[in-house]
Amino acid sequence: MRKSLLVVALSGALVAGSVAVSTAISAAPAIARGAPAPKRIVSLSPTATEMLYAIGAGKLVVAVDDQSNYPAKAPRTKLTGLQPNVEAIAGYSPDLVVASAATAQPQLKKLGIATLVQPAAKTLDDTYREIKQLGGATGRTKQAAAVVAEMKAKIAALTKSVPKNAKTLSYFHELDNTLYTATSKTFIGSLYSLAKLRNIGDAADTTDTAGYPQLSAEYVIKQNPELVFLADTKCCQQSAAAVAARPGWDSLRAVQAKHVVALDDDVASRWGPRVVDLLRSIVHAANDARKA
Amino acid sequence: MREPDAADTPTHLRWTWLAASGAVLLGVLALGLAVGPVSINPARSFVEILDHVPFVHVHSGLSSRDANIIWELRFPRVVLAALVGAMLASSGAAYQGVFRNPLADPYLLGAAAGAGLGVTIVVVAGHPITGGFLDPAPVAAFVGALGAAVLAYAISATSGRIRTPATLLLSGVAVMSFLTAVQTYLQQRDADTVRTVYDWILGRLTSASWSDVVLVLPYFAVTGVVLVFHSRALDVLSVGDEEAASLGVPVKRVRLTIVAAASLATAAAVAVSGLIGFVGIIVPHTVRLLFGTSYRVIVPLSIILGGAFLAFADLLARTTLSPAEIPIGVVTAMIGAPFFVVVLRTSKATTG
Repeated sequence: MRKSLLVVALSGALVAGSVAVSTAISAAPAIARGAPAPKRIVSLSPTATEMLYAIGAGKLVVAVDDQSNYPAKAPRTKLTGLQPNVEAIAGYSPDLVVASAATAQPQLKKLGIATLVQPAAKTLDDTYREIKQLGGATGRTKQAAAVVAEMKAKIAALTKSVPKNAKTLSYFHELDNTLYTATSKTFIGSLYSLAKLRNIGDAADTTDTAGYPQLSAEYVIKQNPELVFLADTKCCQQSAAAVAARPGWDSLRAVQAKHVVALDDDVASRWGPRVVDLLRSIVHAANDARKA
Repeated sequence: MREPDAADTPTHLRWTWLAASGAVLLGVLALGLAVGPVSINPARSFVEILDHVPFVHVHSGLSSRDANIIWELRFPRVVLAALVGAMLASSGAAYQGVFRNPLADPYLLGAAAGAGLGVTIVVVAGHPITGGFLDPAPVAAFVGALGAAVLAYAISATSGRIRTPATLLLSGVAVMSFLTAVQTYLQQRDADTVRTVYDWILGRLTSASWSDVVLVLPYFAVTGVVLVFHSRALDVLSVGDEEAASLGVPVKRVRLTIVAAASLATAAAVAVSGLIGFVGIIVPHTVRLLFGTSYRVIVPLSIILGGAFLAFADLLARTTLSPAEIPIGVVTAMIGAPFFVVVLRTSKATTG
């Protein structure tokens, strides 16, 4: 009995001690920081990297993550945006980190490094807003506005090139060779809608798949899309020939009419200024298919 | 496990062992502080730590960036790894003693799986995994770990005929399998959260901060004291329930206390670091092989060397592929699985 009392007393003392230490730790002074324009930027998002260079803030960028392969002159490092190593980021002494997720934000904040989180865009307006946000953060408001204006003009022209009475064609957007797709509710799906195309994946979407359902080969063949877009040419070495060689796929309307379009995986998975190029590929392919 | 035998296994902790283990721990902590993706002068790093000791004012000469890296990133991470390792190793040792089974650890008993399920439910319900004191994730981990341990205990206590310590372990295995299955089901059903949960399951000390240290420190202190004070009881229990009762040990109460303390330690560790396997097996067995089979030796040395082991494993996890990280659960399992085989092969003579 005496022993258990001793245990209780000792535990109590230790808890008190821990709490005292805890209080001392949390009382450590926070780092004060002002908010001048950043001079050293680390980008952990390939899209943000493209945006930064597009608005002329490229010379402020000191390091980009391992996926930021455009523009080629961006200082690519082994940093990863998926599970960022905060210490490795801090090693570049940035005063601004741009990322697509907030994973590293709390720890970076402790080091006095500001983080701008720019999640994947759901609409073109999100893209424009993020470009302008980066412009504001880097003191390049005008350049950012100019980039957005140019994008809007080009997208308007491309949309206009789709005939008003154009027939709606069906398409399949292939994310990888296990037939994951993006529906019309997604960012990329909204671009296809501009070209008056109908997504065959929409019917397979549920709340759990949230716009990115996986289709079966049988489903795709049954839907018989008039166009197939391959966003898995780099990741999975897919091509029009590879698609035609799949069992049963040679009967697809898209394969028969040679309307299987190879896209650049990177351009098709980002939401930066190059969405204009992506939309151009889509609109041209759709218009060609209608002429045929 | 053999009965403690005064002739070949000392029952008292020798100060030299304690000092040696302490030195190993300090050495690993120092190494963990000195090595990282950014190279920082180690001597100045230590001065920087000293500067944070109350009433000590020394200037490390580190740039504010480096000082912050040391104090806000590396040091809390090394300390957290050591605390988590100490809790997992000591609860492993305690489970092994209570259940008289050399393979018992927080994982086999379902406590870790319970904590895992708790956190998965929180994530699927749409909450982020945060380590604040009363945030959903740690609370769910506690509830899950204790619930699983109590469930395993209840199943074995009500199972009819053959009631041996192995019964508890077997019901623990059943509980673990079931909870892991439920967790995997939830995770697969909810595609969006797979990655978050998966990262967490593999163990993560990546985002370690002082608030995590603060969260586990009280649990570490309480469970550590309880287990160390019960190490003699563990020795007596290892002789057998009836013998222990005849020696005046209230078997039921002592067993429940030890299981509760070990489960609490597991839950706290899982809440801040995810599922990190094998620590509860490797460390107590190494101590057993090196220093003897008395729990008066095993429990305190497991606390110290468990801390050293996990701090070292974390060092490997964050430096091997730097700046990318290997999940720490992968590191401990890579060392742990082969070690597990060695233990199995050399423990043939033990009684279950």
